[in-house]
Amino acid sequence: MSIRLNNIAKHFGNTQALEPINLDIHEGELVGLLGPSGSGKTTLLRIIAGLENADRTAQPGQILFGDRDVTNVHVRDRRIGFVFQHYALFRHMSVYDNVAFGLTVLSRKRRPSSGEIRARVFRLLEMVKLEHLADRYPAQLSGGQQQRVSLARALAVEPEVLLLDEPFGALDAKVRQELRRWLRHLHDELNFTSVFVTHDQEEALELSDRVVVMSNGRIEQIDTPDELYRTPKNRFVFEFLGDVNHLEGKVSNGVLTCGDAYWHVDLPDGHEELLLRPHEVRLTEQPTSESHLPVTITAISPVGAEVRVELEADWLAQPWLATVRHTDFEHLALRRGQRLFAHPRHWRRFPKVTEKTTEQTRVA
Amino acid sequence: MSQLATWRTGSTRVLPGFGLSMGISVLFISLVLLLPITGLFGQLAELSLAEYFAIITEGRVVASYMVTIGAAAVAALVNAIFGLLLAWVLVRYEFPGKRLLDALMDLPFALPTAVAGITLATLYAGSGWMGGLLEPLGFQVAYTWVGIALAMAFTSIPFVVRTVQPVLEDLPAEVDEAAMSLGATDGVAFRRVILPHIWPALVTGTGLAFVRSLGEFGAIIFIAGNMPYETEITALMIFVKLQEYDYAGASAIASVVLFVSLALLLAINIWQGRFVRRLHGGKG
Repeated sequence: MSIRLNNIAKHFGNTQALEPINLDIHEGELVGLLGPSGSGKTTLLRIIAGLENADRTAQPGQILFGDRDVTNVHVRDRRIGFVFQHYALFRHMSVYDNVAFGLTVLSRKRRPSSGEIRARVFRLLEMVKLEHLADRYPAQLSGGQQQRVSLARALAVEPEVLLLDEPFGALDAKVRQELRRWLRHLHDELNFTSVFVTHDQEEALELSDRVVVMSNGRIEQIDTPDELYRTPKNRFVFEFLGDVNHLEGKVSNGVLTCGDAYWHVDLPDGHEELLLRPHEVRLTEQPTSESHLPVTITAISPVGAEVRVELEADWLAQPWLATVRHTDFEHLALRRGQRLFAHPRHWRRFPKVTEKTTEQTRVA
Repeated sequence: MSQLATWRTGSTRVLPGFGLSMGISVLFISLVLLLPITGLFGQLAELSLAEYFAIITEGRVVASYMVTIGAAAVAALVNAIFGLLLAWVLVRYEFPGKRLLDALMDLPFALPTAVAGITLATLYAGSGWMGGLLEPLGFQVAYTWVGIALAMAFTSIPFVVRTVQPVLEDLPAEVDEAAMSLGATDGVAFRRVILPHIWPALVTGTGLAFVRSLGEFGAIIFIAGNMPYETEITALMIFVKLQEYDYAGASAIASVVLFVSLALLLAINIWQGRFVRRLHGGKG
């Protein structure tokens, strides 16, 4: 079931939580809403679910599931599944009763027979690998297990749209990884349309077919994870998707200078701020004719696929972060306090942004 | 043996002051609770078993049990419904004057019961505001058991509100939303999700309200009319015995009220313990 939002806006009192938004989600797509807290992503999800109403203004917004206009349809009739960050399981009911709830509250006409309910619940429990815990109560389960129950419960009513509000936010890193992969499999297998909210860029990029990046109640960019990472539309998106190093200085005659550092760049004269990712910084023992950016290593973290090195210098307002391959790390024999030279491989610049967005970036 | 030694040196306990605070608590409980109850049983010892049963099964006294228990049951039931409603309103909605309403809930506790009794009696007597309205309709409140139930309901409503309120606050709105997203109507969501959650608190609150009503004296006595066999409450029977300097008789009747109250509270506690264990992960 495709989802289409036309001109959806939301105010809470005098604050605008969402500026008028248009969004198309295709059938069978898994879409992540990504943004810092207060960006309006959860509000948007709750409006899609029908747990929140969009503003009724002169030009009221519209929500379509396929061809069905659900703008004024109550949440219970929208045929959605909703998964909450803190699971929201019914604590006085067993796992089985939780999953069966959506089926047992159906009107007598539409309710399946009790044998069929039983079969369906166990099929779902098998899918989430919890059939052996059917008689347990939620308090007896771990966080990851509870979230799986909550997912099975939402899927029991065979929703056309599955909405997840920070589904893995309350879980520890390892369980989060596992559930993420598992949800992706489930999505591909059952082929429903899913929208999930997250503030974790890694999660959004790993899980989604397309990512909607939001800030301040606005959509900043909608793209595939790959496109989003490679060609961010603006500075906010670039900064939100990963670590960023800033280089600010004056350009004259094709040379950017900042304190005792300089760098040949092909830019017109004037004040410039350039941004680069940690992996776009190369470290050498000698300066080149292209650049002279002396730095000192202040911290080294050798965990993961690459070694993360923190760099400081008089001409830098904020320390830089560089990632180095383990072989290069050994080759250069890097150690704390060592003085080196940085060489940008690649950089980006974005037109100056308004104060508001800069502030938001800092929060993120 | 070694366990005893470590316990003696106190090395197992990090929080200080256990001995002192526990000692004072036990002393206080002994003086305020256990000593008077022991005194009551001391009085009872003056009676033989036959005399005891004769006193507590006397016709007028038995009639007073009926009036008291009946009115208290009605009052508790009314409180269960309206107390739940009040707690619901106080927890779930935002409205101007919410804090004031919240504070008003405790008024029946703060008000001397005799003041409440006199106020209710004047209000509901034939010449009072409410009585003047109701009596022409053939509905008499003052000096009937309805008046007794009314006074009981007034003095005990905070028990229900104050026990249900925190439990309701503890229930996240998300649970409600989850039920609705699964297609439950408001009624079904309330009956199957909210009510089971607050059920133990509601029963406890209602039980406390009922027990409190059994022993209430001051608030009821002015509105009850105190007609033998009709509108006499058990607390009044105790008072009457005392006025006749029949201390043993008064104690005998008091002991009945005490046993009923204790048995009820104990039963609720045991039942609730089971329920709560299930919520927190024990075998139900």
